[in-house]
Parts: sequence; structure tokens; C-alpha cells
Amino acid sequence: MTQLLIELNALVLGLFIISTIAMTVTRQIGACMLIFVVQSLLLAASAFLLGASPFSWHLFALGCVTVLSKAIVIPWLLRALTPRGNYYRRELSQALDIPTTLLMALGLTFAGYAFAQHLVRAAPNLSPGNISMGFAALLVGLLLLAVRTEAVPQLLGILAMENAAFLAGIAIAPDFPLIAELAIAFDVPLLAFIVALLTRIAYRQVGTTEVGALASLREGP
Amino acid sequence: MVQSIALNVGQLAFVLLLSPLFAGILARCKELVQSKRGPSILQPYRDLRKLFAKDEHVSEESSWLFRTAPYFIFIVPLIVTLLIPVLTNFPLFFAFAGDMLAAGFIFALSGMFFTLAAIDAGNPYGAMGASRTRMVGFLAEPVIIIVLFTVSFVADSTIPYIVQQHWVHPLANFFSPSHVLLLIAFFMVILAETGRLPVDNPSGHFELAMIDESKALEFSGRSAALIKWGGYMKFVVLAIVFLNVLTTPWGLASSAGFADVALAVVLVAIKILALIAVIVAVESSYAKLRLFRISEFLAAAFVVSVTAMITEILHL
Repeated sequence: MTQLLIELNALVLGLFIISTIAMTVTRQIGACMLIFVVQSLLLAASAFLLGASPFSWHLFALGCVTVLSKAIVIPWLLRALTPRGNYYRRELSQALDIPTTLLMALGLTFAGYAFAQHLVRAAPNLSPGNISMGFAALLVGLLLLAVRTEAVPQLLGILAMENAAFLAGIAIAPDFPLIAELAIAFDVPLLAFIVALLTRIAYRQVGTTEVGALASLREGP
Repeated sequence: MVQSIALNVGQLAFVLLLSPLFAGILARCKELVQSKRGPSILQPYRDLRKLFAKDEHVSEESSWLFRTAPYFIFIVPLIVTLLIPVLTNFPLFFAFAGDMLAAGFIFALSGMFFTLAAIDAGNPYGAMGASRTRMVGFLAEPVIIIVLFTVSFVADSTIPYIVQQHWVHPLANFFSPSHVLLLIAFFMVILAETGRLPVDNPSGHFELAMIDESKALEFSGRSAALIKWGGYMKFVVLAIVFLNVLTTPWGLASSAGFADVALAVVLVAIKILALIAVIVAVESSYAKLRLFRISEFLAAAFVVSVTAMITEILHL
């Protein structure tokens, strides 16, 4: 039974890394958000699977909180608050083109695996895959944050990094103190709320949500 | 001996006779999803019968390539059928005659003849379609190679029958992160190679936007029928490799008994129908990519396949 859960968890990990890569490929904000929801659900699935065999209610709580805050509240907040025109645009603007981004994502995945090897040795535990995949996804999320020049996708990049950190975290410390669960329950939706409000204001002032373009509005040095 | 021959013939018959049916079902399902009635699922059979009965017109400019290409396109999927586990999970005659890499090369042979024949006829759309197909082919090639590398790392072999057994026993092999990465990459390649939607619109009638279809525009009568049938079979063969070898390696006959094989026919057909459902979902929810976005689609497949390989090598 435990063995089966660990195997299913491995499958979830594979899907998690795919969803992270998929976020770097998509050009539409709506699709990007949908993939983020899928990624959050996968994180929750991993938490449930790891929390089931030596039963840990901390992991179950984490899973429930993740589903509630990241799969339901955050997308709803962003949809409700950010300017509507964003979702009808066919293509996001990016600092780099997608093939380059993909190649970098590949390199970062490899780097993430390599770093995680040391961590895995330092902390022998139930699921070494979580640490490696989490690390790789963390770096890809960072890349997402760097190449996207619009507010909402950048926020999704931060949230993807957060998901990845938790994916690694649940394998290192299955018994979180309750404060960590509370943190994601309140902190992350609050972050989304504030960024969405800022985006809304920026959109009203400048007519775009491209934060990358805001630099050019500065008056001379 | 007689049993083996019968099984081989059975495999060929399965691919040969049922492939138009699957094509018909796919077309019908797509129409149903779009709230239209669509043609009967037997329409591909009727098309083939009609085309075989018609006269053939051949361009004066064309050479022997144009006349022989349809036969290559028709025969190549049948040759590959002999190499892969269609109905049985024990090896038949030709199981060790070629591995998955060889199957890829054999498909490349028909692709080459098709390309040359399309240019040979002198129709400008043919040449355009040919160059575009080659572009998609070049971009898909690295993904296929990396997928096969990964398979050989995983199973220590690229013989389809051995790979299939590897996923089944022990079951733990089946649930590995690299496996699911591998599947997604291979599925994306199948979509690209068989001209399905994010890459090419199979039901499009606008020559300038065609990729795969425009190569066959100059063929008529029997040649057109052979090319169509070859296309149907190519899809079924790739689907069988994807399903029986990689995704769901269960449900194959483990003995040559009639009941076992009959059950396997039903189960394999159900698996292909399930894949068709997935493809209908993909085709109904994605728009066709612009030509220069195809490289992004396949670049994503490439990254996924390389990630699969790294994950496998590092034993994550």
C-alpha cells in the first residue's frame, strides 16, 4: 500500500514538472492561470499521497489549504480584479522568445536536479524525488518571473516558485508547524490581492499591464 | 508455426481493415463535438472504394517516383506492423528483425518518397507542402530520438516487445516520473507526425494553409486511395506503438488461443477509441498554430523528452 502511494507520487511529480514547463510555453494569461491551478492541485495530490501512509494530518491540512487558496481563491481574485482585456489578448509579451526560454528552462531543470542531489544526501527521507523536482521547478519558476514582462504572469511565476518550494518542503519536513499552513492560507491570497489591485491601478493610469514597459515612462536621468 | 503465421496475418488484417474505421470514428466524433452530424463512420471505406474504381491521371512532367510513391506509402505501415506488438505480448516472427529505431527509419522511407513525389508532379502546392512537412519532420526527429534513448535507458532495449514487458513487470517501472514525461513528449510528436490539429488541420481545404494534405493533391484514382489508406494505417500504427508499448501495455493476448486473441482485438480497439477521444478533445480545444509557432510546440516536446531522459539517468 505504502509502495503504491510512493509510486503514484512519482507520477504526480512527473506531471508537476510538465505543468511548470507548460507555464513557460503558454502565451495566453487564461491558459497560464489554468496550468497554475493544475500545478497547485498536483502539489495538493503529492501532499495527500505522502501524508496518507505514515498518517500525517499536517500534510493533509497543507493539501486542503493549497486546494482552497491556490486553486480556488487566487484565480478567482485575479480574474475579478485584474483588467478584463488581459484575458482576450492572444499573446503575452515576453523579454525572451519562447524557444530560448525553453532551452533555459531545460538547463535550469538540470541544474535543479544537480543541486538537489546534495540536499537529498543531507536529508535522507521518504521521497527524494520531491526535493529534486521541487528544486527544478523552483528555478523554472524563477525564470518565468524573469522573462515575463506583465504583472499577472509574473505573479503566477512567484506563485509557481512557491508551489515548487512547498513540493520540496513536504518531503524534507513532513511535520510542518501549523504556522506554515496558516502562512499559505492567508499570506499568498493576500499577495495576489495586492498585486491584482496594483495592476488594476497601473492599468487605469497607463493603459497596459506590462510592467516591463513601465521603465520607459521615466523622465530623463 | 501455423499459429504464428495466422497471428501475423491477423495483426496485418487488424491494421489494414480497421484503420479506415478508426479514421471514420475520429472524423465523426469531431463533428459531433461541434454539434454537427458529420459523415458516417464508414465513409472512409466508401471513399476508398470510390477511388479504387476511378481512372488515374498522371502529370506528364512526372517520373517513376510519382508512380511508385503510393505503394511505398501503403506498404510501409504494414512492414512496421510486423515489428510491433499489435495483439500479442509474446514475440512473433519479425519481432527481432528491427527495433523502434528501425521502425522510425522505415517510416522515414515512405516520408521521403512522398516528399519527392509531391515535388515531382510539378504542382506548386505540392512542393510547398513537401517542404513544410520536412520542416515539421526535422523538428520532430530529435524528440523521437531522445524518446527512444530514454526508452533504451529504461528498458535496456528498443525492441518493442521487450519494452512492453518492461513496463508490465514490475509495475513500479510504470510509475516513474520519466515515464509520464516520455508519454507526453511522444504524444506531441504523434500529433505533429500525423498532421493533427495544433500543427496541421486535417479537415482544412485551403491549399495555402495545408501541410500534410497538399502533398497528395496531384494523386488521383488508385494512387490517391493507396495514399489515403496508408495515412489511416500510419495513424493506427503510431497509436498502437504509443498505447501497447508505452502507455497501457496491458490487455494483449498472452497465448495464441482464439479467445485470447479475440479479446485482445476488442481491448486494443477500445484503447484506440480512448486515444481518439483524447485527440478529439485536443483538436476541439486548440486552434491551429501559425507555421512559425510549430517550432515552439515541438521545442516544448523536445524539452519534455530531454527532461525525461535526465530524470531517468539520475534515477529520480
